Amino acid sequence: MKLHPMIAALRRHKAGVVLIALQIALTLAIVCNAVFIIGQRIERVNRPTGLVEDNLMLVSQGWVGAPSGDQPGDVEKLDSLLQADLAALRAMPDVESVVPINSLPLLNSSWTGSVALKPGSDLRAGNARSVYYFGDEHLLKTLGLKLVAGRGFTAADVQNRGFRDSGTPAVIIVTKALADKLYPKGDALGKAIYLDGGSSPSTIIGEVERLQAPATGSWVNGFLWNATIEPFRLNANFSRYAIRTRPGRLQAVMHAVPNVLYGVSRMRVLDDDSVKSFAQIRQEAYRSDVGMAVLMGVVCLILLGVTAAGIVGLTSFWVGQRHRQIGVRRALGARKIDILHYFQMENLLISGAGAVIGLGLAIGLNMLLMKRFEMDRLPVLYVLAGIVAVMALGQGAVFAPARRASNVPPVVATRSV
Amino acid sequence: MFGYYFQLGLRSLRRNPALTALMVMAIGFGVAASMTTYAVFRAVSGNPIPDRSARLFTPQIDAWGPQQNLKGGEPAEALGYVDAMALMRANEAKRQTLLYPVQLSVIPQGNRDLPLNANGYAVTSDFFAMFEVPFRYGSGWSGQDDAARTADVVISDELDQKLFGGADSVGQTLNLGGHDYRIVGVASHWNPRPRFYDLFSTGGFADEPDIYMVFNRALDLQMRTGGRNSCRGSLSFTTWQEYLQSNCVWITPWVELDSSVDVAGYRRFLTNYAAEQQHAGRFNWAPNVRLRDVMQWMDQEQVVPPESRISLAVALGFFVICLVNTIGLLLAKFMRRAGEIGVRRALGATRGEIYAQYLIEAGTVGLTGGLVGLLLTAVGVGGVSVLFRPEIAKLARLDPSLVALTLAVAIVATVMAAFYPAWRAAHVQPAWQLKSS
Repeated sequence: MKLHPMIAALRRHKAGVVLIALQIALTLAIVCNAVFIIGQRIERVNRPTGLVEDNLMLVSQGWVGAPSGDQPGDVEKLDSLLQADLAALRAMPDVESVVPINSLPLLNSSWTGSVALKPGSDLRAGNARSVYYFGDEHLLKTLGLKLVAGRGFTAADVQNRGFRDSGTPAVIIVTKALADKLYPKGDALGKAIYLDGGSSPSTIIGEVERLQAPATGSWVNGFLWNATIEPFRLNANFSRYAIRTRPGRLQAVMHAVPNVLYGVSRMRVLDDDSVKSFAQIRQEAYRSDVGMAVLMGVVCLILLGVTAAGIVGLTSFWVGQRHRQIGVRRALGARKIDILHYFQMENLLISGAGAVIGLGLAIGLNMLLMKRFEMDRLPVLYVLAGIVAVMALGQGAVFAPARRASNVPPVVATRSV
Repeated sequence: MFGYYFQLGLRSLRRNPALTALMVMAIGFGVAASMTTYAVFRAVSGNPIPDRSARLFTPQIDAWGPQQNLKGGEPAEALGYVDAMALMRANEAKRQTLLYPVQLSVIPQGNRDLPLNANGYAVTSDFFAMFEVPFRYGSGWSGQDDAARTADVVISDELDQKLFGGADSVGQTLNLGGHDYRIVGVASHWNPRPRFYDLFSTGGFADEPDIYMVFNRALDLQMRTGGRNSCRGSLSFTTWQEYLQSNCVWITPWVELDSSVDVAGYRRFLTNYAAEQQHAGRFNWAPNVRLRDVMQWMDQEQVVPPESRISLAVALGFFVICLVNTIGLLLAKFMRRAGEIGVRRALGATRGEIYAQYLIEAGTVGLTGGLVGLLLTAVGVGGVSVLFRPEIAKLARLDPSLVALTLAVAIVATVMAAFYPAWRAAHVQPAWQLKSS
């Protein structure tokens, strides 16, 4: 098939050609970037936290009229409140284990600091920043963390810590990511490190495979997997308990927990947000990511639909306009398939041109997004896939009008309309 | 003539139902997507206190130094105790307040047997006048009460409802966290969004505070901040006094300044204060201070969530594609009637009249698309909770101004999209058309 007459014919419909090409180009630019955003969000939401998330829940509560923790003797009073709650929770029939803890991954409540190999050395610069988790000897078991080296805490390791104390523990457990950062040779176990520029050493007694930071914002990206677990019972006028229930008993325990705690003491605040399953915590943390992916998905689908509909509309119009010409071509010996191919080829030309412009627009839009919204660079694969997709969309959209054109009988040529 | 053309427009909607439905849906979806995201964007980026925003300023003083301060040499977003108190004592502005969030609980009394959460702010007396807090009963407290460190408290309408059934509770006693407080005022519903006065702790969106208490009283009770606390370097404090003297920042200051002369004066005062501190050896760096008004502060703190900006950008791009699509379809729709236009022109219609007819016809398409868009916007506004946190999602509402805007955008955009097709229609050659048919 010769392209020359086709291009000559297109010149007579400049506006329509430009509009279809433009629409293809814009669609390509937006769909490529939107699909890329969707992919990134899905990847983010699917990264494992390192916990065994099933049958895990969190209780956050505050004591009313409890000491603030700043006076001497406060920590003892607060610890007796904490111990009473722990005893009651651990005595519940469907509960496997309980740990008092300061935060959980995805909870967006962070204790952060930095670790160093030498005492008193500055911290932020070396970027060995870390998040801190405080818990007792039940922490690994309750959260379901996988120990890859060393041992977990024993009851003898665990100490009390007031809310504003800044003491450092004698022993700590770190994530493998942090251990490898500090000791790239993989011999971190048994080494002493210094927390927050302090002068007393903390010995690494265990490494866990993976444990995510509580925060989900971008500020934590540099040290998302650097976690340090300290053997502390945090004594403040609030407390958090992570609870692992027996399989399938999560709902029952969630339902029963408030009454058990009120049974220990009624002078506490438990509100609607106090008892949460880990699934709820995950859902809240990633709400905007999932929402963004859904929004982008819907926009893409509608956009592709609108573009396809536009192509159908304009091509149908052209077919109507060229009714007689098609008849003449048929009368001069063109087969049905030739007419079909003509319109398909024409569409391929236009959407090809559109795709070339769209390629530029997609990259331009991506650069704009990178500059303004901390996006990553759009991989070429996405753009290539996008080009194939819009070309296929164009072919799909043009098929029905082109079929109709190919069905124009040759006799039309002889009629004077 | 307008009425007649409008009728013609309505009639032509029915002529090519498929083509028309396509256009109407494209405009409807485009408008709805843009308006839904705009509704959220408007809610999160609006001016929360329009009549005073240019007179309220938050001072920042760099107490961390160039090694440890924020990106771009920015001072911390709040003040520590030492600097906050120094500003308060200097009393250089017309009005000034310090504030930090507190979390308390209402101790059970009478027939209630479970404690309630009561979150709020420790503030100084000027807070209520500076931010125009409306009162249902009573009022705030005075500067003397600040100095006397009285146990006064202002409660929200909602807490008043819960505790006193909405009655005038001024003068009543309230036990918060084991201490008695006297209620001096009940604020009517007041929750400016974004919460410009406490961006440090809230990020701009939070439920209405339940209580406001005397700042000095909260310090006396050694009440720690219920919001953010940010420190630098190795932390060595153990007691409350040491904490107050540390470099931790947790207090947000606000000052009210009426004229640009006052603003310049206050800026000079801040610089001088920082220079004095440098001179005294407390800071070993040059003065680094900021004085931003409400809108500048919201901009600096990036109150508008990034997902709101991205979705607005995407929705606008989407709308543009829908319009390009509409141009094409209108062109097809109009040019199908080239013969009819030829006849009209031959019978004496001017180009202007052809323009008028086809633009009005496009307007009717736009109107129909706008109505569809309105329905979809209502659906969209109901569904924004999938994308945003509930406290932001519930700000998006379909109010009369949004309804008007949706229709206006749909009509104006469609009429603009129709200019080129209408131009083509008006330039149809009557002779040519008459001959060829």
